[in-house]
Amino acid sequence: MDLHHTPTAAVQTYSPELRALLFGYTLQLADTSLILGHRLSEWCGHGPILEQDLAMANIALDLIGETRSLYQYAAELEGKGHSEDDLAYLREAVDYKNPLLVELPNGDFGDTVMRQFLFDGFHLFLLKELQNSPDPGLAAIAAKSFKEASYHLKWSSEWIIRLGDGTEESKRRIQKALANLWRYSGELYTMTQTEQQLAQSEFIPDYATLQPQWDAHVARVFAEATLEVPQNVFMQQGGKTGRHTEHLGYLLTELQYLQRAYPGLEW
Amino acid sequence: MLLDTTKVTAEENIWKLLEEVSDPEIPVLSILDLGVLKKVQVQENGKVQVTITPTYSGCPAMNTIAADIKLKLLAEGYPDVAVNLQLSPAWTTDWLTPEGKRKLEDYGIAPPVEPEGDIHALFGRDTVVRCPLCTSENTKLISQFGSTSCKAHYQCENCLEPFDYFKCLK
Repeated sequence: MDLHHTPTAAVQTYSPELRALLFGYTLQLADTSLILGHRLSEWCGHGPILEQDLAMANIALDLIGETRSLYQYAAELEGKGHSEDDLAYLREAVDYKNPLLVELPNGDFGDTVMRQFLFDGFHLFLLKELQNSPDPGLAAIAAKSFKEASYHLKWSSEWIIRLGDGTEESKRRIQKALANLWRYSGELYTMTQTEQQLAQSEFIPDYATLQPQWDAHVARVFAEATLEVPQNVFMQQGGKTGRHTEHLGYLLTELQYLQRAYPGLEW
Repeated sequence: MLLDTTKVTAEENIWKLLEEVSDPEIPVLSILDLGVLKKVQVQENGKVQVTITPTYSGCPAMNTIAADIKLKLLAEGYPDVAVNLQLSPAWTTDWLTPEGKRKLEDYGIAPPVEPEGDIHALFGRDTVVRCPLCTSENTKLISQFGSTSCKAHYQCENCLEPFDYFKCLK
């Protein structure tokens, strides 16, 4: 089905340098929501209870919807005639620019909730600011997804509290998830060269201005959940520059299988 | 002048015809009730451009809606139709028509309720949603995520029936 977004006229007026920067950034956002959306979709049919199975599938659907808009826009910025499918299905792991956090395996329900919580806050506060970008393409996608992302952060925050301030077993598990995943939260706010340049020209927010909102929200939820935040942790990074964990390759193998085996296949 | 009048009539006619295209997941609502249909343009060569906006980014109904629009217009003598997707301004439940909200409640889905505080507040109070079956306000949220992207899952504490709530999106 050839249902496409109306092209963004402003793109034609951009310099090649600006187009390249915006292409790189849009692609990075698209990779991030695709990989996390795919991870969440792996829960479909395996959730602990039906309502939460549905919740994770719904969040995955929102993220993959956002992904489609972003890849279509990235293809437009790139201007080489690629489609959203080419960008999602025909690139190698090193070409993916998602932060490491989102590619990590699902683990147990607590691991998934913690990964989601750390990401959701970053995602929501970024989208909130990105709505005001002078680039109409990014602003439109952000405005759309911002509304949906509010529900994601509410969901993951409530689960952090429920599991943390829950039973001995749930607390042990969610505390362990926090200990394992906290080291991947720093990369969300570490700006790449592309991000720095776009922030300087005010196309995207400076992430340093986002982090205090995230810190405050995360601290409030962890306090209510009676969880302890690990101290003095070395923050892992690499995904945003294409250096990934081994997990991404396996994920892409499954995600890209059909297009690799049957190039150009459509529903 | 004559041409312009014909064009306007054709566009009005198409808006009317599209009242019969419904949301495949909530078949009581037309795409006009939902506020999904944004623009109809008939070009000089007879080509029709229809612009729709998605309710949720990942709403899987959009492809079906686009196909249904094309089929409907084909059957009514408009063979050359393109359907475009427009994201901005982003869809909100404010665009549901009063008629649409009434149809939803009759169908057993609670229509969106205006939130008391900031809908984006992360620790706000839950909105009071009226049971579409027994009209009791003694209901509880089961999950913010329901059978489709646009719905949450509630239960009535009075008649005990579970029901869908078309959740507020702003």
